[in-house]
Amino acid sequence: MLSVLLLFSLARASAESGESGSLLSPNPGLIFWTVITFAILLIILKKFAWKPILEALDKREAAIKESMEKAEKAKEDAQKILEENKLSNKKYIEEAQKMLAESRADAEKVKEQIINQSKAEADKLKADAFAEISRKKDEAFDELKLQIADIAISAAEKIINENLNKDVQSKIINKFIEELPKN
Amino acid sequence: MLDTLTANSAKLAADTLKQVAAGQGEKDNWIMHHVLDADKLDFKPFFEIQLPHFSLFGIDISITKHVVFMWLASLLLIILMIKVSKSYKKSLIPKGVTNFFEVFIIFVRDEIAKPTIGTGYQQFVPYLLTAFFFILFCNFLGLVPFSATATSNISVTATLAISSFLVTQISGMRKNGIFGYFKGLVPHGVPIALVPVMAVVEFIGLFTKPFALAIRLFANMTAGHIIIFALISLIFVMKTVYVAPVSIALALFIYLLEILVALLQAYIFTMLSSLFIGMAVHQDH
Repeated sequence: MLSVLLLFSLARASAESGESGSLLSPNPGLIFWTVITFAILLIILKKFAWKPILEALDKREAAIKESMEKAEKAKEDAQKILEENKLSNKKYIEEAQKMLAESRADAEKVKEQIINQSKAEADKLKADAFAEISRKKDEAFDELKLQIADIAISAAEKIINENLNKDVQSKIINKFIEELPKN
Repeated sequence: MLDTLTANSAKLAADTLKQVAAGQGEKDNWIMHHVLDADKLDFKPFFEIQLPHFSLFGIDISITKHVVFMWLASLLLIILMIKVSKSYKKSLIPKGVTNFFEVFIIFVRDEIAKPTIGTGYQQFVPYLLTAFFFILFCNFLGLVPFSATATSNISVTATLAISSFLVTQISGMRKNGIFGYFKGLVPHGVPIALVPVMAVVEFIGLFTKPFALAIRLFANMTAGHIIIFALISLIFVMKTVYVAPVSIALALFIYLLEILVALLQAYIFTMLSSLFIGMAVHQDH
C-alpha cells in the first residue's frame, strides 16, 4: 500500500514539475485505445486463432495417444504370436526329431536285414561254388584217369607192337588191367 | 515483501525523476522523450510522422506513438496466429513458424494455465494466450530501432492488469457465488478475532495484485530502455568519444538482457494472472 501512495505522490510531483506526459501519469486516451485494442485482439484471436489451434493440438494429442495405444496393442499381439510360434516351433521340432529317430531306427533295421540277407546269399553262393568246384574236380579227375589209361594203352601198344605179337600183348594188358585198382 | 520491493524501486524512480525534472533543462530530457509517449512517430534523423488528434466527450483520444505500436503488435499477432491456425488445417504436424509458436502456446497451456488453475483451466487459456502474446509482441517491438514499447507505458500495463483483475474476480464470483467468493477470501482456520482484520487485508490484497502486475511490467520495460539511453548518454555527458566502446558494450549487454526481460515479463504477467485466477476459482487451495 505504501507503494501506491508513493506512486501517486510521484505522479503528482512530476505533473507539478510541468511535464505534459510523465512516466507515471495515466493517459485516458491511451487507456481507451488499449481497452479497445485488447478487447478486439482477444475476440479475433479467440475466434480465429486460439480456438482452431487449441482444437488442433487436442486433436493431435488424441491422435498421438490413440496411435501409441494402437502400437502398444500391436506390440502385445506380436509378442503373443511370437510366443505361440515359439511354442508350436518347439512342438514341430520335437515331432521332427521323433520322426528322425524313428526313421533312423527303421533304416538301421533295414540295414541289418539287408546285411543279413546278403550274408546269407553270399554263404549260399560260396557253398554252391565249393560244390561246383569239387564236382568239376571229380569230373576232371575221371577224365584225366580215362585219358591216362588211353595214353598208357597207346604207349603200351606202340611198345608191344614193336616187341610182341597180339596175343602176348592182350595177356599183358589184361593182367595190367586186373592189377589196376578198382576205383 | 513484493510491495516493499516495489515501493523501494518506486521511491528510487521518484527521486531520479525529481532530479531529472529539477536539475536539468529541456535539452537534457531526451531520455524521457524517448521513453514517454508522443504524438508523432520519431524516425530522426530521417523524418517524423505527425499522428492525428481526436477527442471524444472531452477526453483526448489521440492516436499516439504507443497506440500505433500497440496496433502494429496486434496486427502482427493476428496475421501470424491466423497463419498458424490455418497451417493446422493442412496438417496436424507443425512446421516452421507453426512449430515455433506452438512451443509458446503449449507452454502457456501446459506450464502456466494447467498447473496454476487446475480443473476448468481450458476456458482461461485464450485470455492468457492473448495477454502473453500481446505483451510479448509489444515488448519485442520495443527492441526494434525507431519503435516504442507500448508496455513501458503505465496506462497500457494498468489496462492489462485491470483486465486480468476483472477476469479473476468475475470467474471467482461465477464459480463460488458472489457471497461465497467474498467469504472465501478469508482463509480457513483464522481465529475469529482476526477475521475482520484479515477480511480488510485480503480485500486490499485483491487490488494490490493487479497493481503489482501493472507496475512490474511497466517498470521492467521502462528501466531497460532508460539504462540503455543513460549508457549512451555517457558519451555526451563526459564529452569524450573514448567512453563510447564501454558505453556501447554495456548498452549491448543491457539490450541482450532486455530480450530476456521481454520474454520473462510476458511469462511473469501471464503466470501471475493465471495464478490469481486459480486462487479465485479454487479458493480452498
